[in-house]
Amino acid sequence: MSFQAARPLDPWRWMGAPALICLGATLLLGLPFRVFGLQLPEPVFPMICAFSWAVIRPSVLSPIALLAIGLVLDLLWGSPFGMWGMSMLVGYGLTLAMRAMMTGQSRMMMWAWYAGVCAVTLAAGYLFTMLAFHHPPNLVGVVWQLLATSLLYPFAHRLIDRFDDADVRFR
Amino acid sequence: MAFRQDSFGELKVPLAWTAGVALVVCVVIAIALMLSDRRGTVEGTAQAATQQVADTVVTPVGDVLSTPGRWISGGFDFIGSYWNSAGENRRLKAELQEARRAEDRATALGLENARLRAMLNVRTDPPMPMVTARVVFDGRGPFRRAQLANAGTDKGVAIGYPVISERGVIGRVVGVSGNASRILLLKDVSSRTPVMIARTNARAILTGDGGDNPRLDNLRGADPVKPGDRVLTSGDGGVYPGGLPVGRAVRGLDGKWRVALDSDTAPVDWVRILQFKDFSQLADRKALANSDMPSVITDAPSSQRAPSPTPRPSTPSAAQPPPATPGPAARPPISIAPPTPAPPAATPPKPPATKPKTTKPPPPRLTPEGLPTRPMPYRPGGQP
Repeated sequence: MSFQAARPLDPWRWMGAPALICLGATLLLGLPFRVFGLQLPEPVFPMICAFSWAVIRPSVLSPIALLAIGLVLDLLWGSPFGMWGMSMLVGYGLTLAMRAMMTGQSRMMMWAWYAGVCAVTLAAGYLFTMLAFHHPPNLVGVVWQLLATSLLYPFAHRLIDRFDDADVRFR
Repeated sequence: MAFRQDSFGELKVPLAWTAGVALVVCVVIAIALMLSDRRGTVEGTAQAATQQVADTVVTPVGDVLSTPGRWISGGFDFIGSYWNSAGENRRLKAELQEARRAEDRATALGLENARLRAMLNVRTDPPMPMVTARVVFDGRGPFRRAQLANAGTDKGVAIGYPVISERGVIGRVVGVSGNASRILLLKDVSSRTPVMIARTNARAILTGDGGDNPRLDNLRGADPVKPGDRVLTSGDGGVYPGGLPVGRAVRGLDGKWRVALDSDTAPVDWVRILQFKDFSQLADRKALANSDMPSVITDAPSSQRAPSPTPRPSTPSAAQPPPATPGPAARPPISIAPPTPAPPAATPPKPPATKPKTTKPPPPRLTPEGLPTRPMPYRPGGQP
């Protein structure tokens, strides 16, 4: 009898590489670039990881990796230390708690779940920013970032599709 | 061999629990990091040092990666200017006519200004040196609006320096490393900038909220702003020099006064960092720490006490109490200096500056509005 199905996933393939790709995309979209007076949006690429990692399977490494990614985002964007790590951990924890309800849902329904998790994550960021600077950020800007981040779900879907059934213990 | 005999087959429930424990631990760490972040209040913290290292690493990477972006942006600008050349030509001709009229007015006003300055003996503002830098990273999120420029302490940049584009103020330097400086934009949620309305001279605080149009708070007076009014830095507080263009007042969708920033219409990749030192940096802290109070000299004979050993600038006559009336019934003069004992005989001779009765202090230099001139104000025409 083969034990391939019970073999744990390679952390580099489902965590390391996507995390690096997301950070690289964040760096690329942070470059000063303006076309006809318009700037590029700034989505939160690591939300792909925060959502899909929780859907694929629970893991000890995932929250640690998300905290590290959040610290890199804080360093890149200059936000208070721990803010993005904490915000994404809120989204990750929510997805982990709702994981049983998401199983077997259609792609559009999963997209809606993803958008909801992104909204909760950005709401946490809004709250933490307000606490740090004693001033609420602009809601329109938050909504624009939420829209831009929600449009990234196809990448999360591809990641989930690729690794969802890789470990039968977590089906 | 049965599947159950494999020790990894029973890890589902424990792994879920350990994942939850790891999540809780990471949340606690993140909260501790947020609470311990005191950048901006205490410099030299571990967070500030980490940020400097990250900026130092990111800057050359962003510098290389942004080069194709600049080429592409330039290409789009070229295409856009090609298609809009006819309309732009008409607009430029109209602007040229208006600019010639404005030049004539400016020349006449400049000559008048020079005559008035000469009459009032006003000290002209010194030119302010600048550092030109390229923006290599631009954070545009709603929670933080900051940029990274490729000029740091190697080019003389320091924390607090204002940053302008070719059109107006962008923000100020909040972090600096060897080859990079982090610029906090006026739009950032933590940014507060003292500004004034050019038409009415009304003061306000420009409050960033992460959006593209920061808010005008703490406006005073009846109807101090109209749409389209020019907004300038007021120079209050000494963080920014006064008179830098900021933008134009617009009415926001929420009914509040906001500012359409001039810097939004300029290219985003080049900035100039003004090497402007605010008042707190200019102050001699050692001199401030010296608590010797200057003695007050009046015409009364009883006030002929020994002055303080440290030579201090004389107080202006307006700050002195009224002279005591002569005669035996005259009350002793009010002195704010503490009584000092007579110096011993071995005391070294006093410097000549300790004779304030014979030396008259020069009158303070005033601006045409009657305000004292600032130590290092911005001069728009000053070039490095």
